[in-house]
Amino acid sequence: MNSRLQVPTTAKRGEPVEIRIAIQHPMETGFRYDAVGHAIPKNVINTLVCRYNGVEVLRAELGSGIAANPYLSFYVVAGDSGELDFRWIDDEGNRGEAHAAISVTA
Amino acid sequence: MSSRQSLFATVVIGAVFAAAAAAQERPLSLAVLKSGLDFASAEVRALQADEFANPGMLWVERGERLWSEAAGSAARSCASCHQDARVTMKGVAARYPQFDAKAGRLLNLEGQINQCRTERQGAEPLRYESDELLALTAYVAHQSRGMPIAVSIDGPARAHFEAGERLYRTRHGQMNLACTHCHDANWGRKLAAETISQGHGNAYPTYRLEWQSIGSLHRRFRACLSGIRAEMLPYGAPEYLDLELYLAWRASGLAIETPGVRR
Repeated sequence: MNSRLQVPTTAKRGEPVEIRIAIQHPMETGFRYDAVGHAIPKNVINTLVCRYNGVEVLRAELGSGIAANPYLSFYVVAGDSGELDFRWIDDEGNRGEAHAAISVTA
Repeated sequence: MSSRQSLFATVVIGAVFAAAAAAQERPLSLAVLKSGLDFASAEVRALQADEFANPGMLWVERGERLWSEAAGSAARSCASCHQDARVTMKGVAARYPQFDAKAGRLLNLEGQINQCRTERQGAEPLRYESDELLALTAYVAHQSRGMPIAVSIDGPARAHFEAGERLYRTRHGQMNLACTHCHDANWGRKLAAETISQGHGNAYPTYRLEWQSIGSLHRRFRACLSGIRAEMLPYGAPEYLDLELYLAWRASGLAIETPGVRR
């Protein structure tokens, strides 16, 4: 799944840093109908998890209220240098992932 | 030649020179030219300005990856011939649509990309409004961001320009409206809850909130035609290409904003 991730390349230990992620996904609400009147089935990214060096730092449960191509922004306190790992899944079972390295100075 | 004939010839030649010298008058002078962004809400403007949050950038980045992907029987990528797009594609989108002398037809950016795909990569053309074509078009146009539109309407492009202008001024559909009625006569005024823009294509492909996706200028044309209850021509229609050329000339000097964000 197409996605973009913004993680500051360097951070100071103990400093909160902004992490941003945008994912290309239609986030089909389930409330729409097609041209012949059939309901278009719901398909949204329902769960997004971020792990920082293996420790879960964000768990988001998303629903129909989130617009297409969801954009999330949150803060994480910089700890050890390492990796931020994102995984998500939609209603159809399609999975996506994104990773970024973060370098933390003392 | 008798003196009467030579006098007649002089008058005719003079008239021709006078006609050529008189520049085509623009419906909107440079001072009055406004991007669609000027008619957008503060939130939409902020979203377009945010390099990361601008949803159109998802396609621009996809286009960047596609640029380096080999395709077709020739197993060539765009980069094989054009190297770094940030250098070689700078200013390109500002010149399109352009008349291709070899092909003998007017090409917009999508058409040029597909011409490269079929003739130089030996690949299938990309379908209009497909994710890949939108991504590549957005990526190429993005390299001209901030640069003024500067298309040529000389030579063989002239006939297309004039056809585009005729289309722009022709009434269509159940509502019997021409483009000029809204976008020249009533820009800045309200149409229901929305403010009518001047109808420029400088931010295309653009992320339209109504579409919840990025989309081409042809998609926007179809939406306008649907709005006036007129027949929507298919994507890639030659009439749309002529209209694109006219619109680009009409927006000469306006900066390219791709990927734009619009309501």
